[in-house]
Order: sequence, then structure tokens, then C-alpha cells
Amino acid sequence: MSSELSPNLRPEEDFFRFLGEGRFMLQRSRESGRFIFYPRVAEPLTGSTDLEWVEASGRGTVYSTTVVRQKPPTPNYNVALIDLEEGPRLMSRVDGVAPETVRIGMSVKAKIIRENERPLLVFEPA
Amino acid sequence: MMKDAFPRGGTAIVGTATFGIGEAPGFSNFDLAAHASIRALAAAGLRPRDVDGLFVVVMDEALAALNFADYLGIQPRFTDNCRSGGSSFQIQASIAALALAAGQCDVALIAYGSNQRSAAGKLVSSTSRPSPWETPYRPLRPISQYALAAARHMHQYGTTKEQLGEVALAARKWAQLNPEAFVRDELTLEQYLSARPISDPLNARDCCLVTDGAAAVVMVRADRARDLCARPAYLLGAAAETTHREMSSMADLTVTGVARAAQRAFAQAHIRPGDVDVVELYDAFTINTILFLEDMDFCPKGEGGRFICGGAIAPGGRLPVNTNGGGLSCVHPGMYGLFTMVEAARQIAGVCGQRQVPKVDIAIAQGNGGELSSEAVLVLGSEATL
Repeated sequence: MSSELSPNLRPEEDFFRFLGEGRFMLQRSRESGRFIFYPRVAEPLTGSTDLEWVEASGRGTVYSTTVVRQKPPTPNYNVALIDLEEGPRLMSRVDGVAPETVRIGMSVKAKIIRENERPLLVFEPA
Repeated sequence: MMKDAFPRGGTAIVGTATFGIGEAPGFSNFDLAAHASIRALAAAGLRPRDVDGLFVVVMDEALAALNFADYLGIQPRFTDNCRSGGSSFQIQASIAALALAAGQCDVALIAYGSNQRSAAGKLVSSTSRPSPWETPYRPLRPISQYALAAARHMHQYGTTKEQLGEVALAARKWAQLNPEAFVRDELTLEQYLSARPISDPLNARDCCLVTDGAAAVVMVRADRARDLCARPAYLLGAAAETTHREMSSMADLTVTGVARAAQRAFAQAHIRPGDVDVVELYDAFTINTILFLEDMDFCPKGEGGRFICGGAIAPGGRLPVNTNGGGLSCVHPGMYGLFTMVEAARQIAGVCGQRQVPKVDIAIAQGNGGELSSEAVLVLGSEATL
């Protein structure tokens, strides 16, 4: 666990730096214990700046899913909203199965890949 | 908290116009907005020089109200450039109502124009920074975001693809009664179901048109309305709610900000859903119509798909919805919100020809911005509702 408090925090930059190091990190308020996503300089609603970076479990559930249709032979791809075990929801993609077979309620596990020369958080069926 | 003191019936729409619906090549956004504005003002016996409250937004010019004041040659004492997406115009109407009531202006003009179809041939997005949290996953913004809402609604409530299709078919049937509508040819359920898939469960016929078009609305205080217009549309209620920007921040993809906005607007207007004669919704996608009817409490949450079945919202149905053909079949020039206001006011004025709903006293004009992000609801009423 690493912790970094405002004002040194650079939310977006830090998140992607961690991801580049192979770590999927979430912010958590020390006081409320609440996890947040996307990264910010302060907790939503309370404005608390006591945010620390905590490694995410990577476990989640598909909240909703769509298949983006492409002109063949370009393959279709999945876009999904994932509810993390820690509470927050994020947009991502479920890899490792045909995009059409991704189902709402499916248990998934985070995986960090590289795409377009950048680290990217995706999910696979758990 | 202070009691909501919205000036019910204190202001009215006294002039409306559309221009260039469909294709209007060779015009700038401001040319189109000017054509609509001149006509809307003329309908009320006014000219640009009479406007002292200017409310303008266009897709691709951040300071549009300044450009348009310059274009009209006016120096308005109240200027607004609201940017909440397609709900901007409803929000502008509520600001205009407050400004008029406070004597901050006497004649408010709300105008919009877009040449997106002729100029670009596709949706021209507003000037937003791509989201670092969504863009890497390549959602077809905004279609995929609405698809995620549709998928969730289908999962949670058993809403079917055929029910989404009913929304598209009803819109088309209304469009066939509207000479101004851009797409008026026959649409069958079979044609709907076999349309090109885009982002499941939405296909090409679930998505609004890409057209050119302009609209304008003129508002004044109620005491002057009857001098300028035979049948003004009085603003009885106006409320909005912002819920999110990132789709992942929307708490429940089956409940939109319309739920609370409508509750407040209906309370201001002293009406209930059963009092409404005609509903003009921002149907950027078929799922919108289902979500918004539920959120306005025309039916319980989750029942929207079943509610609209059997031609219930088509011509001759129990609740007339999107009587101009909507964004799905009439016009969608990037932002559609102002067109719901024009159609609602026209229905109250009784000037809708073949598609006129008999005896309209209460009409809803709703706007939607972003990806179900900003919702705004206007309740308009005839003189009989004052």
C-alpha cells in the first residue's frame, strides 16, 4: 500500500502511473473508509482530502454491457460497466470471451494489459 | 430550504419557429438560427431590436450567444449561453422566466441552429475533452452509453427489443402526419428489427436522425402575452436535474434525473401526470421515451415497455408522445431540446394540422443533455390553466 495525500496527489497521472507498474489502485477516504472512482483530489460530497491509494481486489460484477458492432472483418468489441467489490463502478471491457457472451451479473476479475502503448484496465470472467 | 417560488404562469411563449429542418446546405449555424429567430419574433409582431434577453447555444462555438447578439445587431442586457447539452433550452426557458419576472429583461429569445448534416454528415459533438476513463474502451459516444442503459432496463424489467421498436414506429407514424418531418416513409417492425446493429441492443432505427435545423422561441411576461399572441403557451413549471457526466457515475441506469425534475416541475404547475394532454420528449434513442415516461410517473418504473405497447403513444393512442415525429423521425440537428418546446407550444396554439391533438391545455417539453446526464422538464399550459 502506498499513500499520498493532497496536495501532492495528481489523480489521473498517479492512477495511470500505478497501472503502468502493474497495479490497479483505488482511492479511499481514511475517515469514511469509502472507495472512490474516478480518482479525484477530494472525496465526493464530503470534500475530504484524506485520500489514500489502496490496491484494488480486482473482483467485480458486470452491471451492464454492450457489443459495439463493426463492419466485418473488423471484430466487434465489448464495452461494459463493472461494479467493483469495493463499491465504485467503472467503464471497462470484458476480454477473454466473445463480446456477445458477456452477461449482466457475470463475475469478473481485473487484468492490466497494454493497448496503444498505454496500460489499460480490462476484465476477464472470474 | 426556501420554498420553490417559480413564477407559475408568469411568463409565456408567444412566438415559435423552425427553419431548415432536414437539409439546409450553404448556411452557417447562425444563419439558420437567425432564420428561425426572425420568424418566431415576427409571429409575435416583434423584431430583433425588441430582444433584450438572449439565450443561445450552438454545438461548436463556445461563446455562441456573443456571436448571435452581434449577428442580430443587438446589445441584450441579459445574455445566457447555457451548455448542458440538449437540455440547455429548457434550462434557458427557466432562467428566462426568472429574468423576465425580475424585470431583468422584457423580451427573451431562445435560439438554436445547426448545419451538422450538410457540413459534416454526422453528429458534431460539443467541445468536450475526451474522458480518460471512458475513451480508451471506445464506446460509440453517445450511442453505447444509451445502449448500456437500454441493456440494463431490459435485464432488470424484461423490456424487449420489440418494445423499443414500438417507440420507433410510433415516432414514424407521427412524422407521417407532419409535412416538416425529415423521414416519413413507412417503417414496419420487421424493418426495424433488421436494421443495422450499432451498439447492442440499439440498432440504426433506435437512434435519432442526423439533420440540419433551427428553432426559436420568444418569451414575454404573461401580462403582455395576449397582446402578442392569440394562444400563448404559459410556463407553469420548469425544473432540471444534473446527475452525472461519466456513465459510470450514474447511480441507476434505469432512473434518470427526469424523476426529480418532473416531480418539481409538476408541483410548481399544480398538475399530475393524468392532467397532461401531450408529451414532447427528447427521444435521442428509443430507450429515452420509455425511461422518461416512467420517470414522469405516467407508469410505474419498469413498466414503460409494456405501457407504450399497442400503439399507446402513436396517433390515436391513449397518450400522444412526440407528435412532430421526435428526434427519431422529424429532426435532430445535434441538440433537439428546443424542438420539443416548439412542438408543445404549437400543440397548445392548436396549429398542428393533421397531427393536432384535440383540446391541448397541458403539454410537457422535456430536454436531455449528455448521456442521460442533464434532464429538464417544462410544463406549458393554455390560458385555461392559469
